[in-house]
Amino acid sequence: MASYIGSATSRIDGRAKVTGEAKYAGEFNVAGLVHGYVVDSAIPKGRIVRIDTSGALGVAGVIDVLTHRNRPQMADKDDAYKDEAAPEKGSPYRPLYDDRILFSGQPLALVLAEDWETARVAASLVKIEYQKEPHVTDLQAERAKAFAIDKPEKPRGDAGKAFASAAVRHAAEYFIPTEHHNPMELFASTVIWDNGQLTVYDKTQGVQNVQQYLCGVFKMKADEVRVMSPYMGGGFGSGLRPQYQVVLAALAARALKRPVRVMLSRAQMYALGHRPASIERLALGANSGGTLEAMTHEAIAVTSQFEEFARNDTGWGNLLYKTPNAKFEHTLVKLDVPTSCDMRAPGAATGVYALECAMDELAVALKTDPVQLRLQCYSDRDQGGDIPYTSKQLRECYRQGAAAFGWDKRKAEPRSMREGNDLVGWGMASGVWEALQMPTTVRIVLTANGHAEVATAASDIGTGTYTIMAQVAADMLGLPIDNISVKLGDSTLPQCPLEGGSWIASSVCNAIANTARAVRDDLLKLAIGMKDSPLAGAGVDDVALIDGKIVSKRDAAHAVSIASAMQAGNADRITREEANKVAEDKSHARNVHSAIFAEVKVDEQLGVIRVTRVVNAVAAGRILNPKTAHSQVMGGVVWGIGMALHEETLFDHRYGRVMNANIAEYHVPVNADVHDIKVIFVDEPDQIVNPLGIKGLGEIGIVGVAAAIANAVYHATGKRVRDLPITLDKVVQFN
Amino acid sequence: MIPFQYARANDVADAIKQIAADPSAKFIAGGTNLIDLIKYDVEGPSRLVDISHLPLRSIEPTSAGGVMIGAMVPNTDLAYHPMIEERYPLLSRAILSGASQQLRNMASTGGNLLQRTRCFYFYDTAMPCNKREPGSGCSAIEGVNRINAILGTSEACIATHPSDMCVALAALEATVHVTGPAGTRSIAFADFHRLPDNTPQRDTNLEPDEIITAIELPPKGFSTNYSYLKIRDRLSYAFALVSVAAALELDGDTIKEARLALGGVAHKPWRSSAAEAALLGQRADATAFAQAADWLLHGAKGYGHNNFKIGLARRAIIRTLDQAARGKPQSVSDKKIR
Ligand SMILES: Cc1cc2nc3c(=O)[nH]c(=O)nc-3n(C[C@H](O)[C@H](O)[C@H](O)COP(=O)(O)OP(=O)(O)OC[C@H]3O[C@@H](n4cnc5c(N)ncnc54)[C@H](O)[C@@H]3O)c2cc1C
Ligand code: SF4
Repeated sequence: MASYIGSATSRIDGRAKVTGEAKYAGEFNVAGLVHGYVVDSAIPKGRIVRIDTSGALGVAGVIDVLTHRNRPQMADKDDAYKDEAAPEKGSPYRPLYDDRILFSGQPLALVLAEDWETARVAASLVKIEYQKEPHVTDLQAERAKAFAIDKPEKPRGDAGKAFASAAVRHAAEYFIPTEHHNPMELFASTVIWDNGQLTVYDKTQGVQNVQQYLCGVFKMKADEVRVMSPYMGGGFGSGLRPQYQVVLAALAARALKRPVRVMLSRAQMYALGHRPASIERLALGANSGGTLEAMTHEAIAVTSQFEEFARNDTGWGNLLYKTPNAKFEHTLVKLDVPTSCDMRAPGAATGVYALECAMDELAVALKTDPVQLRLQCYSDRDQGGDIPYTSKQLRECYRQGAAAFGWDKRKAEPRSMREGNDLVGWGMASGVWEALQMPTTVRIVLTANGHAEVATAASDIGTGTYTIMAQVAADMLGLPIDNISVKLGDSTLPQCPLEGGSWIASSVCNAIANTARAVRDDLLKLAIGMKDSPLAGAGVDDVALIDGKIVSKRDAAHAVSIASAMQAGNADRITREEANKVAEDKSHARNVHSAIFAEVKVDEQLGVIRVTRVVNAVAAGRILNPKTAHSQVMGGVVWGIGMALHEETLFDHRYGRVMNANIAEYHVPVNADVHDIKVIFVDEPDQIVNPLGIKGLGEIGIVGVAAAIANAVYHATGKRVRDLPITLDKVVQFN
Repeated sequence: MIPFQYARANDVADAIKQIAADPSAKFIAGGTNLIDLIKYDVEGPSRLVDISHLPLRSIEPTSAGGVMIGAMVPNTDLAYHPMIEERYPLLSRAILSGASQQLRNMASTGGNLLQRTRCFYFYDTAMPCNKREPGSGCSAIEGVNRINAILGTSEACIATHPSDMCVALAALEATVHVTGPAGTRSIAFADFHRLPDNTPQRDTNLEPDEIITAIELPPKGFSTNYSYLKIRDRLSYAFALVSVAAALELDGDTIKEARLALGGVAHKPWRSSAAEAALLGQRADATAFAQAADWLLHGAKGYGHNNFKIGLARRAIIRTLDQAARGKPQSVSDKKIR
């Protein structure tokens, strides 16, 4: 039987998704369901003076309107609201807690009605009187108030001095605006109340996180709350923290003792977490030979007034480029907005964008080919801890990516490649992310008919977790993939971390392998116990599970079928639960890498930009499923195109309000913006990172893409645009 | 969103009767704009009079040599109609550069004329907006106004009319046929949409109890030398920052007749008789095109974020006229600008 691991496998949940059989959080229907609609704040800061709910309550079909005044009790300590992904510092937001308004779009009331339309009409009749307070939402205007946070990356040498005396220098500031995740599926929760017990269908990337959070907020016991999220219509980080609708739905269900659903509108989703706007300052100094002497990376990013959210924007240079002198600083500016949160490759999407544009500018200053510069500065060690990598095939990414792209035909001079009215530009960048593993437990139930159920409380946010779990389980148990059923997205299943950080594949799959081994051990015991067992005397390491049989590795003729072993032992099922082993070992750096090559064509007169080709060569350890892996990276590239050219949450700072809170005006790439994308997986065997050699692919696809495109735009036009998105008016001076 | 009544109109007379009887009733055709506005609480009709079933779905040649288009003809059907593709390709291309296939399938010819501005503030009821709430102020003038107008603005409003189809209809000098309680009348396309002045709440000169029954195209379709070029913030499915409809009649190199209309820059498709006159008798070259552009953009004024539109429009006009003169109209599917 060929191995499922490493072979292109269609999604096992594909059929359920395209037929509508797959149910999402807002689609679970029960009799007597109450619908909630949120009334949100029109101002970014102040107090609620009065809420007049009489109009809403007068609408036939309205059951109640919950506000901070009449809501049932909720916890009053910050700790109760701290979920797994909450920033260490600060007081998490508490929905409907008191009269304070902390951001525009904050929920102020929940209208509950017998149907959704009624709730929505009634919500429009709730009148709120505000006492406004001065607000700030503009990062550039507030940057002087930035304060530094602790960074793991310590300075090396004296970057300031080395920069000042460097032969070739580049220093510049880059800007990434606020961006929103905009998953297709709206945030929704359906909460079913049954005698004080809650069953919660939630849009989340972590059912157990939500379960623990709700227990904290409502002082409930673990067995009183069950959270489920079998499918998710996109998360991208927006579902890592419990969102306010789940609190409101649970609050209402407890108050009414009825099932309640709360679904947000698209506009309301712009008052959830977001990728924080950031200013990234880079200073690179090189000697005339073209190797780095100094690197300084400072980031100024946005957080809310009440929590300090920060990610690693500035440390990536330590991993990519060798330099004796380095300094990294991360500062935060507090604004009257919701707390920013993780969004695909948090920190890296922004920080590496700036770093990789700066490297391109340095290459221009040095008159060196951008790939050549990166090879000259290549670091075989993580300079932070001065440790080697478990594996790092980035050189090979550069080589294979460049070859596939045809980079050797690039003319170095900007504006030197043309095609009719178009200026043609070729740019490249590197990408880097972490290869993490988190403690995870998997349960396998093997039945005598040769079917197995594999279960853990993971979420499949669309990346293909269901499918890789089935692939790995099938291989490890020696069963056809059709005999494997996967259970996830249920808080009662064995412990699993949040689906984020690109760690789910490695964590879950290594846990499956361990559990499958335990199952094998049980089977071997049963087989040995058989009369005249062909496996008599075999140890656990002498056998493998292949084709539904326990087979001796020495002589395949010595085998016992799973069915007969179980029958002989009178076992109708074998249930095992094991965890992965997460190495404490700090002797190696664990990272994935990529090299991105992009071609743009820019109309010289009109500034219209087309990204005509992208090659993304990725080294990310073992690729479990080339098909879903390809989709994941391709999606990252498309998102990178959006980050480079389109995405921007537009604030009117006078009102502290998002003005393009819908996906007609918040632009992401459409088909016409996406042309030829080639994904290459560079072979990267890794015996150290974890037993299966899996590094994860969740984030890496987007990292560096915006930089490659920005660098290509520069190469095409000679115009360096450092503020994203690169719109046509930034490329061409029109007036 | 408020509860509303729904009724189907049996015929045009019935539609007018129903609408005249209730001042806060509204016609609904494809619903692609009106339903959104109702959801956003921008419009709150007490009654929707459904006109989508009225027998106004034909596209017929007229005795004058033009074409009569029923107001209920879906945008898709109009764009792909052989007679339109052949004789009025400018109109076809303008329609196909707008919205998405799904929206064009639903959108009606009449509804397209009456779609409302996409100004961000108009859609957000928490914001002041003179068009939505006369007298409340215009947030866009000093606000986020990248998509707002540079021509024909007033101190009360700088909104644009977002349609692509209308830009072509303006260039082709179509006529709008309407019926009201007092009978039928026809409105020249140039007189259909209004400038904001002090009454930005009124987009058009159509009376609230009038229905659009048809759009008439005159015989001349400029099917040889035309182009519709739409510049936007992504390559499809976005409203125009600037769009240009250009139609020329050439005698060799010499311009015998010229039509030029801009979208995305004003409260109505923007034309200028001076710009078109400036092209007459000229050689179809860059100098003449630049002159026409300057005339057409005469008096243009930016409001901050949209300053670039003036220069962008100038270059877009020149390029579109050039495409038209070369007989190489902008492709709708290939986004490369030739
Ligand atoms: C996401 C999105 C993107 C879009 N992009 C574009 C674009 O790029 N370019 C573009 O041009 N358009 C675009 N559109 C707009 C689209 O073209 C219009 O919504 C559509 O043409 C309106 O037609 P309808 O029949 O659906 O009108 P409806 O929504 O039914 O009606 C609109 C208005 O017209 C009135 N009305 C309708 N028919 C008549 C009639 N016969 N007589 C009198 N009154 C009438 C209604 O009362 C209502 O006030 C977009 C729309 C959306 C939602
Ligand atoms: S430009 Fe017009 S539509 Fe926009 S805010 Fe001003 S008044 Fe309202």
